[in-house]
Amino acid sequence: MSLTVGDRLNKAEEAVQARVKRHNSLTSGHRACQGCGEALAARCALDAAYNATGGKIVVVNATGCLEVFTTPYPDNAWGVPWLHSLFGNAPAVATGAAAAFAARGDHEMRVIAQGGDGGTTDIGMGCLSGMFERNDDVLYICYNNEAYMNTGVQRSSSTPALSRTATTFPIKQYMGNDPMSGKCVPKIAMAHGIPYVATATIGDIRDFERKVVKAIHMRGARYIEVYSPCPLGWGSQPCDTVRLARLVVRCGLYPLFEAENGKISSVTKIENLIPVEDYLRPQKRFAHLFGKNADPEHIKVIQKIADANIEEYNLTGGC
Amino acid sequence: MPKPYATVQDARTSLQNKTGTWRTMRPEYVHRMPPCNLMCPAGENIQLWLAHAQEGKLREAWEVMVDANPFPAIMGRVCYHTCELACNRTHFDGAVNINRLERSIGDVALNKGWSFPVPTRSTGKKVLVIGGGPSGLSAAYFLRRFGHSVTIYEANHKLGGAMRYGIPRYRLSTAVLDAEIDRLLALGIEVECDKRVSDVAQELQNFDAVYLAMGASLAVQINIPTDEGATVIDAIEMFRCLENDKDKMPALGKTVIVYGGGNSAIDAARTARRLGADKVQIVYRRAMEHMRAHDSEIKEALAEGVEILCLRTIGHIHKGSVSINKMELQNNELVNTGQVETLQADSVIYAIGQQPDEKVVLSISDILIGEGSTIIVDKNMMTGAKGIFAGGDIVPGKRTVTDAIGMGKKAARCIDAFLNGKEIPAKPSPDIATFKKLQLDYYPKSPRIDVEPKVNLTFEEANLSYDDPKVILEARRCFSCGNCYHCNNCYAYCPDNAIIQHEDGSLEFNYEYCKGCGLCAVECPCGAIKMVPDDQQ
Ligand SMILES: Cc1cc2nc3c(=O)[nH]c(=O)nc-3n(C[C@H](O)[C@H](O)[C@H](O)COP(=O)(O)OP(=O)(O)OC[C@H]3O[C@@H](n4cnc5c(N)ncnc54)[C@H](O)[C@@H]3O)c2cc1C
Ligand SMILES: Cc1ncc(C[n+]2csc(CCOP(=O)(O)OP(=O)(O)O)c2C)c(N)n1
Ligand code: SF4
Ligand SMILES: [Mg+2]
Repeated sequence: MSLTVGDRLNKAEEAVQARVKRHNSLTSGHRACQGCGEALAARCALDAAYNATGGKIVVVNATGCLEVFTTPYPDNAWGVPWLHSLFGNAPAVATGAAAAFAARGDHEMRVIAQGGDGGTTDIGMGCLSGMFERNDDVLYICYNNEAYMNTGVQRSSSTPALSRTATTFPIKQYMGNDPMSGKCVPKIAMAHGIPYVATATIGDIRDFERKVVKAIHMRGARYIEVYSPCPLGWGSQPCDTVRLARLVVRCGLYPLFEAENGKISSVTKIENLIPVEDYLRPQKRFAHLFGKNADPEHIKVIQKIADANIEEYNLTGGC
Repeated sequence: MPKPYATVQDARTSLQNKTGTWRTMRPEYVHRMPPCNLMCPAGENIQLWLAHAQEGKLREAWEVMVDANPFPAIMGRVCYHTCELACNRTHFDGAVNINRLERSIGDVALNKGWSFPVPTRSTGKKVLVIGGGPSGLSAAYFLRRFGHSVTIYEANHKLGGAMRYGIPRYRLSTAVLDAEIDRLLALGIEVECDKRVSDVAQELQNFDAVYLAMGASLAVQINIPTDEGATVIDAIEMFRCLENDKDKMPALGKTVIVYGGGNSAIDAARTARRLGADKVQIVYRRAMEHMRAHDSEIKEALAEGVEILCLRTIGHIHKGSVSINKMELQNNELVNTGQVETLQADSVIYAIGQQPDEKVVLSISDILIGEGSTIIVDKNMMTGAKGIFAGGDIVPGKRTVTDAIGMGKKAARCIDAFLNGKEIPAKPSPDIATFKKLQLDYYPKSPRIDVEPKVNLTFEEANLSYDDPKVILEARRCFSCGNCYHCNNCYAYCPDNAIIQHEDGSLEFNYEYCKGCGLCAVECPCGAIKMVPDDQQ
């Protein structure tokens, strides 16, 4: 009847998030902004993993908003064992934790490492690549909000083309973030040939949960990147967080796929394709692309990126 | 207690940080008025009964229906379903087939013999209902549920009014009509049939209130020169004869002309086809788009071979033929072109219109008579005479069974208030669940389920009900506009866990932690969450 998170007519297929008895791995009282996509994504991911393992998870967190807004001393918003060390070393700490459990003969406990895009794609890259390359038994989840939010919205290598950040402020010659820059970490992860790589959004919680559950039951290095809107950093309405996560997929800018052992194994098709404009317009970080003095060519640059994704991943065609 | 090794903080200590203080807007669960309900002249809570039907709870669905309307099986056959025109799904992939669902569930109730609970309360007040058509029967039903004693006087041999002596049997079978009326009478309602009231003033002594529901049962007369020996009959007289007095029914012959453009004209034409006429032509004064008859009925008539001749009036009726004047529209004015044509006609059926019989109330001077002999009532359905109420076709209005039932219900409420010396509180204007308030991303497309009518020229019902699985499938197309259907999106999407889900599935905002982001309201598929300014201290 409906594509909602829960369904009173089909209880069996309800997402973990829709159930009365969900664990709430991340609980109320945390200090994330109104409508925080990262807070929502983290609770979804960890609740799904908690549910799938009967509570046998530990979490290692990189520095970033997620770490800061959940644990300002003396508060702790986590309902799972949780450890924070440094900005860039979460993959290494998680590798150590996994090795410790293995050494103790505990093969049930599953280790999850998590961090923002800055902690993952930039400063954490070395440790992450090592974790991938050694195929350490860790599920790494990157909450991608496309900039360094916790320190005031600086550009990261995951910041999208032409986006305004504190360090890519649009001026005459430079219309925000350089479209030629950036990297795609899911592809880098795939290049390591690790067992599982997936992209997800909080716009489709059932899909996200399914990917987390699939990953948590696998052994070796696994990587999930989840697109998590940041109302403060993006200049979007707090109430639009989930809507943006749907629009980004529908315009082709964020392909949803899974890859196993380095090969794409599934792609989510776009049902109602929309122009990128529909996605960009509600966000102030793209405001300079609209309005009286804007050059329509700039939007075409972004549309081309979406079109290239659509072609590369065959997002609209048949199987 | 000392903490375990390497443990710095206990779990969930953040709960002491009440983030609700950040909020400037607060979400609230609301029930908005679905457009279907708003447009139902009988005031059915369509969205609610569809919700029960979605779960396969047809008994519960039926009980919601009969809270507003005692005749679901009849309504599912004859209602013009303005609800479907208003249905939000119209702008998506086709209105929910509310009418056929009502019919199907109404039929299930008849097949299973579901009955109304007999009222246990008795107020000792006596109400007279004059006229046993849908409006009178509806008023009787609701008055009885309030515990009043009800007596119906009906001029005809049987109850039903225009549902029996108007609407033809191929649209509403006698079996369904009788069964739904009998179920209603089982509530303990006194009925005197073959009792035509000639002066309402004579009947008042024994009753505490009266409801006038005599309908519009007189055919509007027009004077068209008619030759001796020509066969001419009024549509309503024809329908009455077919029900009660088959021998008084004249032979219509092979070619028949029906004069008029309303639903009665269509019904008369289709009836004539069923009585053996090969060529049936509807002659209508104005243009096709002005016909008051329903599009679906026009379509069905055309499919049965009925012809419609517009912009024509009848000038003279001869034996075996009629002279027709051709008309023209000039600046919206009908003008006779002077052109004349002759059409063959073994008989002519008048379906010009009907009006109430004002004679029966003339002796009560306080009762005001309006245009077309209609009775004027106030907002509480009361005529100028205290304690005398009126509704249905006898008052100005849309003249449908559904409106008649709705007015009967409203009148019953007003009579009840009158008998108890109470005022009916004014209803606040509803907050409507418009299309814009829905979050359509959550609804997959799913085409409306239709059932093709049987095309055959008999008096058997042409339209069919759904089977049970189709009832559930079609009901599940409902968006549940403006009313929570427990999709749990709000609960799942709240980044602050500020929604509590109780064991029974009910949801509640936890304002201690709600930061007022409004995500829940945007992601609510059906528009059942409203953000309101929050001036907390
Ligand atoms: C041919 C035809 C087809 C129609 N089709 C439809 C349709 O498909 N859908 C729809 O919604 N509507 C339809 N209508 C209109 C609908 O039937 C009427 O609007 C509705 O029946 C009005 O209800 P009522 O109770 O006010 O009056 P009525 O149904 O006319 O009932 C009035 C009753 O009062 C009785 N009565 C009259 N005078 C007296 C008296 N002096 N003393 C005692 N009793 C008296 C009459 O015998 C009658 O039983 C149709 C009407 C006709 C004529
Ligand atoms: C080695 C080091 N450099 C810089 C910082 C400051 N710092 C803390 S959080 C943060 C940004 C985190 O960005 P991201 O990883 O994208 O997470 P987000 O806050 O966006 O969720 C930075 C630069 C630090 N803590 N450690
Ligand atoms: S979708 Fe359902 S609630 Fe909404 S208008 Fe249609 S029938 Fe009524
Ligand atoms: Mg970030």
